[in-house]
Amino acid sequence: MTGAVAGKAAARARTPGAPSPGRVLTRLLRWSPLAPATVLLLLFLVGPIGYCVFIAFTDTQLTGQESASFVGLANFRHAFGDPAFRNAVVLTLVFTVLSSVLGQNTLGLALAGLMRRASRPVRSLTGALVICAWVLPEIVAGFLLYTFFERRGTLNALLEWLHLPAQNWLFTLPVLAVSFANVWRGTAFSMLIYSAALAEIPQEVTESAEVDGAGGVRRLWHITLPMIRRSIGTNLMLNTLQTLSVFGLIWAMTRGGPGNRSQTLPVFMYDQAFLKSLIGYGTAVALLLLLVGALFSAVYLRLMREEV
Amino acid sequence: MPPSRRLLPRTLWRAPRRGNRHRPAADAGLLAVAVAFAIPLVWLVLSSLDTEATLRVRLPTSPSPDNFSAVLTDEITFTPMLNSLLICGGATLLTVLCAALAAYPLSRFRSRFSRPYLLTILFSTCLPITAVMVPVYALFVQVNLIDTRYGTALFLAAAQLPFAIWLMKNFMDGVPKVLEEAAWTDGASWPQTLLRVILPLMGPGVAVVAIYTFIMMWGNFFVPFMLLLSPEQLPASVSIFNFFGNYGAIAFGELSAFSILYSTPVLVLYILISRRLGGGFALGGAVKG
Repeated sequence: MTGAVAGKAAARARTPGAPSPGRVLTRLLRWSPLAPATVLLLLFLVGPIGYCVFIAFTDTQLTGQESASFVGLANFRHAFGDPAFRNAVVLTLVFTVLSSVLGQNTLGLALAGLMRRASRPVRSLTGALVICAWVLPEIVAGFLLYTFFERRGTLNALLEWLHLPAQNWLFTLPVLAVSFANVWRGTAFSMLIYSAALAEIPQEVTESAEVDGAGGVRRLWHITLPMIRRSIGTNLMLNTLQTLSVFGLIWAMTRGGPGNRSQTLPVFMYDQAFLKSLIGYGTAVALLLLLVGALFSAVYLRLMREEV
Repeated sequence: MPPSRRLLPRTLWRAPRRGNRHRPAADAGLLAVAVAFAIPLVWLVLSSLDTEATLRVRLPTSPSPDNFSAVLTDEITFTPMLNSLLICGGATLLTVLCAALAAYPLSRFRSRFSRPYLLTILFSTCLPITAVMVPVYALFVQVNLIDTRYGTALFLAAAQLPFAIWLMKNFMDGVPKVLEEAAWTDGASWPQTLLRVILPLMGPGVAVVAIYTFIMMWGNFFVPFMLLLSPEQLPASVSIFNFFGNYGAIAFGELSAFSILYSTPVLVLYILISRRLGGGFALGGAVKG
């Protein structure tokens, strides 16, 4: 008891000058529960990130090399000159904009909005299906959408039934197929965030706008969207970060192919580091991906700043 | 309560009563989306009961559980599921333990470095962990952790830890401080207070953190895919690729049956925590915007 009281007094007083040894001990004891988590994080998360920064500047290979040597920025120069890397960057952009910004975000908002007007059974059914797609393991989702888009799959069966031309989707439009798959898998998250946000809009506001004669589009544009703009920001940020690191879904559906036409950055990184054994180069790509992620995280952190 | 409604967070199914003018249009729109989302799921269920399953949705001519009995062997199902359980279960225990300990001082005491620490945690919650897998692989080769289940579990635990700490801290903030001050007066030490007073009071919160952590790990493909090599150690998320191995002739029925067996635990666990996830903090913990 005395220790706790003394510690509390110490924390409150914040006297200038060096604290007494007893106080330091109390403080150390008090913060000691942080130790296991911090050690684990340092060893397995901060460590690898630091190591990532290190080997990105070397020519480490998977096999047949005794020691790696420091090559400076060569990996990065190589990356920016490498058409395959630029292809991966473009595909990652397309994949992210299509599936996360346009797909998950818009569909999630639309679903959340429609759910406020729909009847209860329809709302429950749709919600359950969308969430089910989200909860399924990534690899199962990849496999399911592979069969959906495959040449002999359900999508073509539907198109034939409608007398529309069938296509080999995974071959002709692989990015579109994996983007759609990511929408199928990830929309639930946006739906949940937006339904929570919409529920917080006071009804009087919408109602009075309605009385004033504002139509649906104007209400959406001038009232709803501005009132949930913080949720939109958060959601876009988290969706984008999520989408940037999608690997299993694409791997199960196309393995980055045909050729490299659905090879986003994570798949490209894996390909270079393991199939081509260029660990140094693969890590340089990983570092760039990590930097983009860190940038988004920092922006997200700014948005969240007041909440902590 | 029907199961479908239980799957949904409160904000979804308890929508306000409103003018019904637009209800048919809204219903139609939602149903169209529902059909699009349902097709792959319907295929999964139907083909698991069809011994001659193809890539298309079709009713099985003679539905039978043969696919399930075919995959329920040690090699195909039980060993990978046991591996998943060992890896994810162990990692979840470690994560929850470390997160509970770490959340305690972060939630209870103020200090110059608690805020930077929390911001760093929140920051790392968002980092694309996929990107560090190549250096993690290289690192694991050097320290001989490669192809070990405990090594994989340790990394999974660390990767999930930032979010677990963040969630746990938010739940712990909800426990009033008065109660532990009473315990202190009675002469309890901080481990006793944490174990006997705080954690029991936030029991449901701890359960949410544990279940959520477990679900995330159970579905994780890339980490075990990179860090485990020998077939007898692979968890279900990676062993599922064995079905693709047998050139050309994928047994879709068996693959579906296995997918269902592999997905069931996470679906059940999600249903257990979904109400709580949707209620207080709309998942994300960090997602308050």
